Amino acid sequence: MHSIQPPPLAYPVRRRIYLRLPNRWAVGVVLIAAVVAGPVLAVMAIALQSSQGLWAHLASTVLAGYVFNTLGLALGVGVGVVVIGVGTAWLVTMCRFPGRWVFQWALLLPLAMPTYLAAYAYTDLLEFAGPVQGWVRALFGWQSKAEYWFPEVRSLGGAIAFMTLVLYPYVYLLCRASLLEQSVGVLEAARSLGQGPWRSFCSVALPLARPAIVIGVLLAVMESLNDFGTVEYFAVPTFTVGIYRVWFGMNNAPAAAQLATVLLTFVIVLIWLERTARRSRRFHTASGKGRPLPGYELRAPLAGLAFAACLAPILLGFLLPGGVLLRYSLATLGKSLHVGLATAMANSLLVSSLAATTAIAVGLSMAYGLRLGSGGLVRAATRIASIGYAVPGAVLAIGVLIPATRLDNAVDAFMRDAFGISTGLLLSGTVAALTFAYVVRFLALSFGTLEASLTKITPRMDDAARSLGSRPAATLWRVHLPLMRGSVLTAGMLVFVDGMKELPMTLMLRPFNFDTLATYVYERVSYELFPEAAPAALAIVLAGLLPVIVLSRSIAGARPGAAAAGPRSASRGAG
Amino acid sequence: MVRHRRHGCTAVSVLVALLVAAAIAPPGRGAEVNVYSYRQPFLLKPLFEAFQRETEIKVNVVFARRGMIERLKQEGRNSPADMIFTVDIGRLSDAVEAGVLQGVRTPRLLANVPPQYRHPDGLWYGLTVRARIVYASKARVKPGEVTTYEELASAKWKGRICTRSSQHVYNVALLAAMIAHHGEQKAEQWARGIKGNLARKPQGNDRAQVKAIEAGECDIALVNSYYMGKMLQDKEQSQWAKAVYLVFPNQNGRGAHVNISGAGIARHAPHRKQALALLEFLTGELAQRMYAEQNFEYPVNPRVAWSELVASWGRFKADPLSLEVIARNRAKAIRIYDRVGFP
Repeated sequence: MHSIQPPPLAYPVRRRIYLRLPNRWAVGVVLIAAVVAGPVLAVMAIALQSSQGLWAHLASTVLAGYVFNTLGLALGVGVGVVVIGVGTAWLVTMCRFPGRWVFQWALLLPLAMPTYLAAYAYTDLLEFAGPVQGWVRALFGWQSKAEYWFPEVRSLGGAIAFMTLVLYPYVYLLCRASLLEQSVGVLEAARSLGQGPWRSFCSVALPLARPAIVIGVLLAVMESLNDFGTVEYFAVPTFTVGIYRVWFGMNNAPAAAQLATVLLTFVIVLIWLERTARRSRRFHTASGKGRPLPGYELRAPLAGLAFAACLAPILLGFLLPGGVLLRYSLATLGKSLHVGLATAMANSLLVSSLAATTAIAVGLSMAYGLRLGSGGLVRAATRIASIGYAVPGAVLAIGVLIPATRLDNAVDAFMRDAFGISTGLLLSGTVAALTFAYVVRFLALSFGTLEASLTKITPRMDDAARSLGSRPAATLWRVHLPLMRGSVLTAGMLVFVDGMKELPMTLMLRPFNFDTLATYVYERVSYELFPEAAPAALAIVLAGLLPVIVLSRSIAGARPGAAAAGPRSASRGAG
Repeated sequence: MVRHRRHGCTAVSVLVALLVAAAIAPPGRGAEVNVYSYRQPFLLKPLFEAFQRETEIKVNVVFARRGMIERLKQEGRNSPADMIFTVDIGRLSDAVEAGVLQGVRTPRLLANVPPQYRHPDGLWYGLTVRARIVYASKARVKPGEVTTYEELASAKWKGRICTRSSQHVYNVALLAAMIAHHGEQKAEQWARGIKGNLARKPQGNDRAQVKAIEAGECDIALVNSYYMGKMLQDKEQSQWAKAVYLVFPNQNGRGAHVNISGAGIARHAPHRKQALALLEFLTGELAQRMYAEQNFEYPVNPRVAWSELVASWGRFKADPLSLEVIARNRAKAIRIYDRVGFP
C-alpha cells in the first residue's frame, strides 16, 4: 500500500516501464493459463502422432463436405446473431415503444434453452410426421411427400436457424451492456452535429460497441462449431461430426486430434483477423454514465415493427420450443417424475456454481494480467487458455482426462514408492475434475466478458491509482471491480447457464452415480424417449431463467440513472 | 474496504473447501462394483437391484455413449472401474484392442453363454442378442415382397427406404457383415444402391424411421428388433408400430444380421470377485429373463425362453458370422459409407 513510487511524468513512458518489469501478475497469469490450456495442448500433442494415411481418404471423400458445412454454419450463425442481437439491443436500449420494459429481459430467455433441445422440439413440430405438416396436408388434401414442398428441418439451414435463435442472446447481452455503458455525451455530440438516429447508430454507437459485439459473435460461432448434438441429429456433417466419427467410429485418435487442431486454427485466425483490424483503435470513454440515455420515441407503424422484431426471437427461440417441452411434461407428469430428478437438479446447480465462481476468478486474473503487461507470452497464454470453447466437448473431455490422470498416477506412484500407500485417483472422476473441465470449456465466456469490460475503463484510472501508491491487486479490487460489477455478474451467469446445459464433458468425466439435469435428459433421449425427458429438460430451462432475470437486472443496474428511476425519468432524455 | 476483502476471503475459502471436499469424497469401499456403461442406467437399474437383493453388492454406474474406453485407458492401474458394458460388438472389440480388459472363465459363465457370443479368452461375454431387421409398411409392402438385405439395393425400392445415419454403430456393423459375405466391392455397390433408394436424408433414431413409415414418408426401414416391443408399450408410439410388420431377412440363406450387447471385466478391476459375481448373475436365468421381458431382446442364455411378444415374431435364423469379423470390418465399412457419400 505504501510503496514509494515517483509519479509518472508522461503516460507512454510509464507504460513501457511496466512492460519491462517482471511482474508477479504476469507470472501468475501465465501459470494459470498453462494449467487451463493443458487439455487443449494435450489434444494437440495427440495430433502430432501419425494418422496412418487417413487424411488421404478423408480428403478424397468427406473433407470438402465438412469444410463447406462448417463454414456455412459459422457464417450463417455469425450473421444471424449479429442481425438479431444488435438489432434488438439497439431497439430496446435506444428507442421507446410499448413492451420495451418486458423485452429488455425477455430477449435473454432463449439463452436458457439448450441448442439440442430446441432442435428436438422443432423437429417434433416441423417434420413430415409432425403437427404442422400434418395440418398443411389436411388443409390441402395432400397425401404423400411428393405432392408438396416443405423446407427440410434436418438440414444445414435448420441448424443455422435454430442455433441462431438460441445463441443470439450472447450478442444481445454484450451489445446492450456496451450501449448502456456508453457516454451520453458522445451520442449527444453526434446528434448536435446533425446526425439522425440511424447515422449516430452506425457511426458512433456501433463502433464503440464493436469489441463487445465481436466477443458475442465469437462466443456464438464457437458454440456452433463445437456443437455435436444438433448437427448429429440433423445429419449435417460438420468438422465436429467428422472428429467424433474418426475418433469414436474409426478409433483413430491422431486423425481426430488433427481435425480438431484445424478447427482451432480456424478460430484463432478469425480472432487474429479481427484484432488486427481494430488494433489501432481505442474504445474506452471517459465517464458520463450517470445520465440516462436518450430514447427515440417510435410512433405507430414503427413502434409496431419494433414490437414484432423483438417478439419474434423470444417466440421462436424460447416460447415455442418451451411450449413443446411443457406439453410433453404435462403429458408424462405421472410416470416420469421421480427422486432422481431432484438429485440431478442439485448436482447441476453445484457444478455450475462452482464453475461460475472459478471461471470469474480465473478470467478476471487473466484479463487484468493482460491489461497490466501486454507481453507476447501473456497474450498468447490467455488466448490459448480461452480457446477451449471452440473444441468439441468429448474431445476436450479426453484432453482433461490426460493431464488429470497423469497427475493422479504420478502422485500415486510416488506415494507407493516412498510410503507404500496407494492414493489412487485423487482428481479424475471427481466433482473437482468436472469443475476444472467446465472452467476449461467456458473460460472464454468469463474472460471475454471481463476483458471487454476492462478495455472500456480508461488506463488513466490505473495511472491515477498507481500514482497514489495502490498496488495492482488493490487497484483491481478497489478501482476496477466496482466499475465492472455488472460485467462480473454477467460473466458468472453466462458460465452458470452454460454449465447447466453442458453435456458431453459431464457424461465422460463424472463420478459414479452422478447425474446432472443434462445427463438425465440425454440418458432418456438417447434411448428415444423424448417425452420422458421433457420434465428434466424443462427444469434446465427453468433453472436457467433465474440467472437470466438477475442478469438483466444487473445490466440495467449498470446505468443507475436509467434503471432505478424507471420509464418515467428515462423519458426526460427522449428527443 | 476491509469488510469487502473479508467477504472475498470467505467466498474463496468456501469455494476451496467445497473443491477439497469434492476431491476427497470417498470412492466407496465395501461390497460394491463399479461399472462404465455405454448402456442407459435406467434400463439396467432393475437388473442391478435384483443383483443387490441377491448378493448385497451395490452397483455404481457411469453412463456415456463415447469415451469410456479412453477414460479406462488413461486411468490405468488406478482405475476404479471393474466392468464395462457396451451395446455392440464394436466397442467390446475396441476395449480388447485398448488392452483394458482381463480374461475370465468360470464354469457358470461358460455354461450360460454359447461360444459364438463370447470372446475365446473370456475377455468379453455377450448379454443379449439383437437382430437388425426390415420393418415394412402393412399398407404399402406386400408380404414376401422383401426377403433379403441385398434386394433393398434394387431400383424397385427407389424413394421408399428410411434409415438412421450410417455413422451409427448398428449400421456400421450391418455393412461390416455385408463386407464379410460379399467382399468390399459388392458391399460398396450395395451401400450405393441403398443410398439411391432413400426416401429422405438419414436422420433421427430407429423409432423415428417407423414413425416415418406410419406417416407415409417411406415404406421400408432398417431397425433393431426390440424397438417393436418398446413402441408397443407407449401409447403414441404403438400407433407407429401397428403400421408395420417385421421381416427377418435372408432366412433361406445366411440368416438375419445380429449384434450383441455385452460386458467385460476391467484389467485392473479393484473388485474383481464382485464383478465376476455380477457377470455370472447377468448371464444367469433371472437376469436373462428380465432382459427378455423388459427389453424385448433375445437372451444369450439358451436355457431362457423368449418373451411372449418376442416369440410371437417367430423363430428366425441368425447369421452365424463371427462377431469378431464384424468388428474387424468396421473401419472398412465406415470408409465405404464415406466413399458413397452416405450421410
